[in-house]
Formats: sequence, C-alpha cells, structure tokens
Amino acid sequence: MVTIIDYGVGNLGSIQNMLQRIGVASLVTADPKQVEQAERIILPGIGAFDSAMTKLEQTELPSILRERSAAGIPLLGICLGAQLLTHGSEEGSRPGLGFIDAHCIKFNAQKIGSLKVPQMGWNEVIFQSTNTITDFMDMEIPPRFYFAHSYHMVADQEYVLGLTQYGYNFPTILKKGNILAMQFHPEKSHQYGMQILRNFSVWKP
Amino acid sequence: MRRVRVIPVLLLHNRQLVKTTQFKNPKYIGDGINALKIFNEKGADEVVVLDIDAFNRKEPDFEFIGKLVSECFMPLAYGGGIHTMDQAQRLFALGIEKVVIGACAISQPSLITNLANQYGSQSVVVSIDIKKDWLKRNRAFTENGKKNTGLDPLTYAKQLKELGAGELIVQSIDREGTGKGYDVTILQEISSAISIPVVALGGANSTNDFLKAIVEGGASAVAAGSMFVFKGPHKAVLISYPSPKELKEKLYSHL
Repeated sequence: MVTIIDYGVGNLGSIQNMLQRIGVASLVTADPKQVEQAERIILPGIGAFDSAMTKLEQTELPSILRERSAAGIPLLGICLGAQLLTHGSEEGSRPGLGFIDAHCIKFNAQKIGSLKVPQMGWNEVIFQSTNTITDFMDMEIPPRFYFAHSYHMVADQEYVLGLTQYGYNFPTILKKGNILAMQFHPEKSHQYGMQILRNFSVWKP
Repeated sequence: MRRVRVIPVLLLHNRQLVKTTQFKNPKYIGDGINALKIFNEKGADEVVVLDIDAFNRKEPDFEFIGKLVSECFMPLAYGGGIHTMDQAQRLFALGIEKVVIGACAISQPSLITNLANQYGSQSVVVSIDIKKDWLKRNRAFTENGKKNTGLDPLTYAKQLKELGAGELIVQSIDREGTGKGYDVTILQEISSAISIPVVALGGANSTNDFLKAIVEGGASAVAAGSMFVFKGPHKAVLISYPSPKELKEKLYSHL
C-alpha cells in the first residue's frame, strides 16, 4: 500500500491512476493518523516552493514524515515534493524539510543558452549507480521522463542517483537511504513512469 | 540530439471530439475519451484538450475531464471556461498538468499571476489566437476567433510573460485546419523576444512543418490537430501519431 500525501498541492489523481494501472494499491490522505501507519509514502507537489511548504506546515505532517522516514519507510518526493525534501530553494525563503542534504537553484541562464525556462518536456535520466529503482528490464534505456520545472536540485555526488542534461548536467534523482527525490513526473511518463513507480512499490532500501 | 514535444490538440464540442477549419465548421471526429486513449497508447508527448464551448460557460465540465484524465499517463493540458483559482485547483486535483487560459488572460490578468504564484508558472499556459485584421495587421482574437482584442501579439506575449505565464500556445487562426504550414514569421517574432517556451499551432501538415517551426520559428514545441486526426486528401478520420523512430529520424536528428 502506497500512501499519497494530500496537503492541497498537487496532481494526486494522476499518481493514483497510474498506481492503479500497475496494480499497486494506494491511499490518498491528509489524515495524520493514516500517515503514521504508512508503509510507503509519496509526497507529490506542484507549484511554488513557499506556498507548498506553508500548506504542509499548516498540518502535523512534517513531523510525522520526519518520524516515518527516520523509521526507514520508503519515501518518494515527486517534482516540487522532491524539492521540499531538500533544505530549501532559491524560489522561496522558507526552509524545506531537509531530509536530504541538497538545495534547489534556478536554472543557470548563461549555461543553458537559448534553451527556455521552465524546462518543459521529455528528457533522459542517466543513472549513476544501479538498484531496484533503476531496473528498466528490457526497455530501451536511458529512460525518458516528463519534466516541468524552473528550479533544480543540487546535492553532493553521493546522493545523486540520476542526472539529466538541459544545457548542463544536473541531478534529477536523489537518494539518501530510504528517501528518494525525483524531479520529473513519473505519473506522466508513460511506460517509463509506470516502471519506476513499480520499482518504488517493491523497493526495499 | 534535442527532443521537442509533439503535441496533439483535441477540440471538444458537447463532449465530442471535433475539428474546425479557421475556427469554423466543427466536423465530428469521434469520441474524446477513445481518442485520448489512442494517443496515450501511442506514447504521445503531451496532449492539449480545448473545450470550444466553454468560453461562454461558467466553468469547465469537470465530470467529463475526470474521465479523460483517467485514460492519460502523459501530461494533459486543458483549456476552456477557467475563470477562477478554485476551478484551476479542481483541474489540478483531477490530474490536469497545465491549465490553458484564453480570454481570461485579458479580462482578468491577475488570474495568470495568481495561478503562477500558487501552482508555478510551468502550470500556466496562455493561448494567443492570431488573425489578420482588415489592415492586414496581426491581432490577438478571443471567443473562438470572433472578438478582436486589438492587441498586437508580440506586445501581448511580453505582457503574458511578465504576468507569470510559463508557456504560450501561439496559434494562427487563418491557418488552422488548412494544412498550409505554420506561420513561422509570427512564431519567430514572439519566440525570439521572450524567454518562456512557445508552442506552435495552426497549419501543420507534416514533420517538415514541425522542423520549420522549431528551426526557423524558434518554437520549443509543436502542436497540431488535423494532422493527427485526418488522413489523406478526403480527410478520412484516422488517429495517428509519429513513432519514436520517425520522430528521431525526421525531427530530433535535425535539431
């Protein structure tokens, strides 16, 4: 059972739809008691950093998420949900949850040249190491995912599981123990998205 | 090799899929849910759904949109009848990735800014529908091409970027449904002046048109209607989408 955190920000419907399609049971909830019982958690999110962080902090969820992740429960942040797992973002002034030693910066306009911001569209993810999450069986690799973002994560190499190039290379999957942060939208990424969510659903960190 | 998005645009009229020519004469194509399912199976990069009745309606047809989204494992943008933050919130909750704003961007520009602040600019797309006025000047039109706003598309595009729009769909009404190719001049004019992605729409007939819109027009993505729903000179209804191999050979490898 995957518990999808509902804090009023994000496309929960599409994550649940995809999990349903791949036969993974899920629960969308805002109820702290249910999150306390969660075995596997997805933190979604779209939008602006401060506005999402404010909404999350209006609930009891930050401390519960901290407790669950410390207990070793697999936790996946998607898009802005991934960025919230870091210490913070140039987009806002509020601190993030800080579960991963990372922060978020705006795309470097000089380095990307004529490319546009936000990055909107499909791009490849190059894995830096292999594990359950990166197993794409006999599918053509590198896998392609859908991105829509103006800010990206930066972290120490030891936490970087996937890199993407958009003008320059930057981390798009971070992993620290049982915590995963994915910049792209697996729930919008056809068969590659289905596979990576399937992998997350059976991942034993 | 650069990947650019190739986006089918589906028009809804009374919950059914239609295709217009120069924003007129809607021709019945088929069932919207089924069409979306097919594009999903073909691995489309993204789909834009526009409800062409909705501008004179108070709100989007949420029930039907919910059904569309459940067939979609790709980004889906929706436009038509979005006037309020609450309506946008409901669309995002259903699983819509981006909202497409038309006339409201003019009547209520603060909606664009509020949406960008709340949901991020990547969630806010504005469509600029362009037609020549009687002096042959390009002007932005709203209400399905009936109302001339008097706005110069380039000036308008710059304002939209400042308001917080994350992407612009630049559509030529004169070319829509004609297969005459995109209006590359206006695409170039707008894309070179603003830093946000421009999506080309109106007139595409081949992957060569895509290439022109990107290379000459500076578009970040290409969209089309007829090309993906009709086949042959008699416009037989056939839903199609280029294969990954075709896109690589005819498009990405030339960028």
